Amino acid sequence: MNNREIILGRIREALKIAAPHPALHDGTGTTTPLPASPQKWLPPVGGTLEEQIELFRRNAEDLKAEFRECTSANEAGQYLKKLALAGGWKKIGRHSGELTDPVARELGLPEVRTDGGYAVNDLESCDAGLTECEALVAQTGSVLVSAPSAGGRALSVLPPHHVVLARRNQMVPDLTAALQRVQEKFKDKFPSFLSFISGPSRTGDIERILVLGAHGPKKLTILLLP
Amino acid sequence: MKITLFIPCFVDQFYPQTGLSLVRVLERLGHTVDYPEAQTCCGQPAFNSGYWDEARAVAERQIAVFHDAEIVVIASGSCGAMVKVFYPELFQGHPREAEARALAAKTFEFSDFLVNRLGVLDVGARFPGRATFHDGCHGLRELGLKNPPRQLLQHVRGLELVEMKEAETCCGFGGTFAVKFPMISTAMGEVKCASIAGTGADYVISNDSSCLMQIRGVLDRQGKSVKTLHLADVLAQT
Amino acid sequence: MNAHARTFNEAARQQTADLRQRAWIQTALSGYYAKRDEFKNRFQSWPAARDTAAAIKWEAVNHLDRYLDEFASRLEARGTSVFWAPDAQAARDYIVGVAREHQVRSIIKSKSMTAEEIHLNDALEQAGFEVVESDLGEYIVQLRHEPPYHLVFPAMHLTRQQISNLFHDRLGSAPTDNPEDLTMIARRVMRRKYCEADMGISGANFAIAETGMISITENEGNARLTTSLPKVHVAIVGIEKVLPRLSDLALFLPMLATAGAGQPITCYNTLYGGPRQPGEPDGPEEFHVVLLDNRRTELLADAEQREALHCIRCGACLNVCPIFKNVGGHSYGTTYQGPIGSVITPHLRGLQDWKHLSQASSLCGACTETCPVKINLHHHLLHNRRNAVRERPARFEKLIQTAFVFVMRRPRLYEWIGRFGRILQPLQRLVRGTLLDPLRAWTKTRSFPPVAEKSFRELWRERKKP
Ligand code: SF4
Repeated sequence: MNNREIILGRIREALKIAAPHPALHDGTGTTTPLPASPQKWLPPVGGTLEEQIELFRRNAEDLKAEFRECTSANEAGQYLKKLALAGGWKKIGRHSGELTDPVARELGLPEVRTDGGYAVNDLESCDAGLTECEALVAQTGSVLVSAPSAGGRALSVLPPHHVVLARRNQMVPDLTAALQRVQEKFKDKFPSFLSFISGPSRTGDIERILVLGAHGPKKLTILLLP
Repeated sequence: MKITLFIPCFVDQFYPQTGLSLVRVLERLGHTVDYPEAQTCCGQPAFNSGYWDEARAVAERQIAVFHDAEIVVIASGSCGAMVKVFYPELFQGHPREAEARALAAKTFEFSDFLVNRLGVLDVGARFPGRATFHDGCHGLRELGLKNPPRQLLQHVRGLELVEMKEAETCCGFGGTFAVKFPMISTAMGEVKCASIAGTGADYVISNDSSCLMQIRGVLDRQGKSVKTLHLADVLAQT
Repeated sequence: MNAHARTFNEAARQQTADLRQRAWIQTALSGYYAKRDEFKNRFQSWPAARDTAAAIKWEAVNHLDRYLDEFASRLEARGTSVFWAPDAQAARDYIVGVAREHQVRSIIKSKSMTAEEIHLNDALEQAGFEVVESDLGEYIVQLRHEPPYHLVFPAMHLTRQQISNLFHDRLGSAPTDNPEDLTMIARRVMRRKYCEADMGISGANFAIAETGMISITENEGNARLTTSLPKVHVAIVGIEKVLPRLSDLALFLPMLATAGAGQPITCYNTLYGGPRQPGEPDGPEEFHVVLLDNRRTELLADAEQREALHCIRCGACLNVCPIFKNVGGHSYGTTYQGPIGSVITPHLRGLQDWKHLSQASSLCGACTETCPVKINLHHHLLHNRRNAVRERPARFEKLIQTAFVFVMRRPRLYEWIGRFGRILQPLQRLVRGTLLDPLRAWTKTRSFPPVAEKSFRELWRERKKP
């Protein structure tokens, strides 16, 4: 018998005795209907896109992220120029993409592209990482990224400033909808990496005092394009 | 209504006046009170120590004593929880299970009985002073009695009720825990007494005499003069 | 009393005598309470969310064979090596084997209580590998050669001065009492490590059966770096971590953050479904998932306490536990501290050796009230006490309990004993606090009430007399 069979065997043996269902504290009956989706219990989200964008903005700002609506890739690029100037950026990391290409062109800084692989030290020395995403989640102010939409795993976490470019139609009301969206998109061809990013990296490990930029980015900027 | 009293053993021995207060309040509300003298202890000390067979042997006696009672009112959230919550578990699969469940169903902690069963909030009490209420854990969490004692106290004339910080934090009594782990128990009592002191109250009131014994014990050693009172003792004053 | 119980008592005695430390823990948690309540209130219904979470975990744990099989098969289908570890030794050997096979030079690790449970770092270090904890709190306690103080806040017992001194001694950094500067010192050290390490080890918060993914919850980004840059990633996962569906995360991620840390959601919630896939620019070449049993199946076999496996290790029960707050995390001597640790340690490491933790509780139930998956924690402490007695009653205690039953079944005798007590009490007062005092455990620190002049039953009789 291999280990898998040993452990599964132990489990099957253990489960021969049924445990009472948690919802039934009086010990009667054996099943309760689960609500179709936990959405009903989670923090509420408005129905219109405008409401969702507003909620996203509030949540993202509470999480100490920066959120900005831009009318074009051009404007986004211009805005990044200001950030670059203020932050003294010399080099950025990015991946190729429908949104990143025009914005990076506008920005015009030297860059490290992660597309076909990269040297870790090169990426580590970048001042910012520019990525796209899968979805923005209004309910939590989170950005959902994946390996294909964010230039791999490290680009969105290694450089000290992470800039996300998203389209308005990527705004989803809640976590349930975000997960549903990637499930429909990838079916069973999931990328190896998906992450909900909610604000810049942080820690409270010293006296429970909030410090931003523990290991990941100190800053997170989300630019919403049409 | 004919009410049968369950007076926990330590109330019987250490705080008999609280039992009398209970009688006074219930009689004032026009009820007949009965007290079967064959009752002793709910069995919690054995139960909490893990000696369930022993606890069952003691509980069996009380089940028999209260068999014919219509309504049982108990002067402690802790012993109330023992009867209402733990008797059914203790007797699960036991020949007496149905009787244990029946007793559980007709037993009420004092404040629960007044507020939820009788619908009485004002028992006509008068008690001038500044007081804070300590939630006994069993009454609070096993029986869900956060509001009834407070509602009753809010209707006492002259009484100013102030909430302490973390009223719901345990006082550290915990039955045999208090003597098996006296250092932890005392530390918890000190935290509780600091919360009480923070209110500037003259009285600390609870619906559990066991918590009050712990709180009194620590207060005495701290040389604090805050008085400890059972809810029934306050409600009995006119 | 066994050695573990003695150690616990001694540690608890020391910690409760340390007023400064007790106040420190209390203050450290006060911000948490306010934030937790704020974010709980944002839920449309926190109680209903708890019910749902409990029901989902019930479903997962009570069909564990099916969901684990599904989880493992899906991971394997995309090139992950899944190792089923029946016990700690098997898990350690496997992970050391992976490190040897790749001849790794340095290992970076993100926070994992499961790795603590099997003492993975010791095993790797004994085999000659350097392991660095990347979570800031874990790194701090690693430098101090201490176990984590708390499931979620490993270094909450330390002040910034202590951490500054530690960094000064061990890393040669300039002293500072600014938490941000201290964090940046660790950040700089760790950046080098991420780039150099050739193996990353992580835990997992959830294992998603439907899609074959692990989910890691964190705030710092250290787990993401640990799992992105090294060429090998090993995740160690307790078999109880399973959730049936991907969509379940929509509930569990915000609940874990709210209950555990008082956050609406943690900074990074990341799903890993395999090693680097074709077309992806980075990620490890190899991904190993180690599924750990290590006596979890014994807990599973106890239907009464099976729900203890629903635990999502949020740490909420520690944060509200008055025992934890007064004795601190290190007194327990266990990997898992606080109420959940007291419940499960007897199952994982032996009932007779660890039953004292179940006794060291006032059964206040604050843990049960707060647990996001509604584990009836304090009732399980009672169950552990009962099981310990059933298995092996303590002789003296058994005698006392037998006497207790004898008296309490005889109302007359009970009454006479009460009267006797009244007579004896003045004698007790003479010896109060000394070794002769039978109530010493109480009276050493607390006053004891006098037995009443007349018991209630006597007063009752008098009252009834016409
Ligand atoms: S037992 Fe409940 S409260 Fe405690 S850590 Fe586990 S999930 Fe959290």
